[in-house]
Amino acid sequence: MVALMAFPLAYTAYLSLHEWYASSVVGPAFVGLKNYLALLTEDERFWPALVRTLEFTIGSVILSVGFGFGIAHLLIRRFPGRGLARTIFLLPMIATPVAMALVWMTMMSPTIGVLNYFLRSLGLPASAWVASPRTVIASLLLVETWMWTPMITLILLAGLSSLPAEPFESALVDGASGWQVVWHVTLPLMRSTIVVAALFRTIDALKIFDIVYVMTEGGPGFASETLNLYVFQTSFKYLHLGYASALIVIFFSIVLGASLLLLCVRRSAV
Amino acid sequence: MSAHVRSRALRAAAFWLLLLGSLGVLVFPFAWMVMGSFKTQAEFMAYPPRWWFRPTLDNYTNVFVRNDFLKFTVNSLIIALGSTGLSLVLGVPAAYGIARYRQTGLGMLLLTARMAPGIAFLIPWFILFSKLRMVDTYPAVMLAHMVVVLPLVIWVLVSFFEDVPRDLEEAGLIDGCTVLGVFRRIALPLARPGIVSTAILGIIASWNNFIFSLILAGNSTRTLPVAIFNFVSYDSLNWGGLTAASSIITLPVLAMAFLVQKHIVRGLTFGALKG
Repeated sequence: MVALMAFPLAYTAYLSLHEWYASSVVGPAFVGLKNYLALLTEDERFWPALVRTLEFTIGSVILSVGFGFGIAHLLIRRFPGRGLARTIFLLPMIATPVAMALVWMTMMSPTIGVLNYFLRSLGLPASAWVASPRTVIASLLLVETWMWTPMITLILLAGLSSLPAEPFESALVDGASGWQVVWHVTLPLMRSTIVVAALFRTIDALKIFDIVYVMTEGGPGFASETLNLYVFQTSFKYLHLGYASALIVIFFSIVLGASLLLLCVRRSAV
Repeated sequence: MSAHVRSRALRAAAFWLLLLGSLGVLVFPFAWMVMGSFKTQAEFMAYPPRWWFRPTLDNYTNVFVRNDFLKFTVNSLIIALGSTGLSLVLGVPAAYGIARYRQTGLGMLLLTARMAPGIAFLIPWFILFSKLRMVDTYPAVMLAHMVVVLPLVIWVLVSFFEDVPRDLEEAGLIDGCTVLGVFRRIALPLARPGIVSTAILGIIASWNNFIFSLILAGNSTRTLPVAIFNFVSYDSLNWGGLTAASSIITLPVLAMAFLVQKHIVRGLTFGALKG
């Protein structure tokens, strides 16, 4: 267990202090913090990738928690076929991401894709989707939201079903409207569950790789290059392993930092 | 009174509209995929999209006959079963220990593993396996997949072991069972349904994994996600083959998902929610 997890992490941290191309004949040379310094001050791809990743993550959390909260309110009602509906909600998150990304790619074809067909049928202008730097992030967000909103929905649904009944009853007795109940009763009671849902979404969105790699490989240009993509290219395209290790250490710290931040928010909410 | 009735009917209509709308959005890509896999190239390229057509099985025969998908399916299966099996061997005792003796340190390590980007493990594994000339062998890919599967398995199992009533185990101890005996005769049988569900979750995680296989699997161990990705780069306009291949890789997972649907959220949130 330790060998499987801790050794690779320690080795990556060690390698991050070295200059080394896997393709070169000489072994790693110790350079201290030079990789980190270069990364933070000279690297032209690191900062844009970081900003892009953060934007993407925030967008993803807002969209999937927003939709998830709404849909959880639908699924908590009793209606015929509820079990089946809940099962259908599992499908996107359990399907192989690579395969689903490819299917979305055929749907997003600018010329003959079915999504543009829908847009045109509604009288809206067609979109270039992932083919244009202007729409690529939004298109990837659409796929990511489609894939992961169900998970947030089910987490929030579990939270909703375990809420006590009395606060809702007394709110109704006091004559609160539906929206007032959601705002003043449900949201405060659900705060901790919402933070947990946001935590898992944040961790996974920061690490997004499969669908971006498959659909755009970070392009057009670098328009959709997220941190994980950049690390991957540095490691296995340029084989610049020392530098990539420094990137990974920073990347991992960001994920860890974001998670700790959310855990603190959760603690203060309880 | 009639205004009241009307507003109730309106609300019910809004409810069904929203519900069916969101279900439609969720299901559409799957419907599109399965539909496309039975279309000929010409039908797939038609614009506007064809909703009615004469289905053909050509895409499936092509994928299996010309693109060797049978081999990739077998590879995926071997690696998924191997990495899950090994993870269970290590994970069941570890999870029991965490559940019973509150090994929170190990628990924190596992949570960190959930947060760590997969690529953080990939570089050291890649260097090690290159040196040992083990890239493109089953053990290398299996071990790499265990980085994902093992923490998942342990964490989910902990939540199942915690559901086993302690009283029963204490009764076992009083009746003269050893700690090992209690584990084998009481905890293990009671947690068996949980272990089966956990195994399925592990198999799904390995089956879906892309990044580890992308780097560590070569021609002889290539798994389905990598194969389907390569398929596109060689033959980017063969959408029929692409959707057929996607259906082949997705449908077994969806079938497994029906078996463990109660526990999927537990798996994805690492047991934080028992769902």
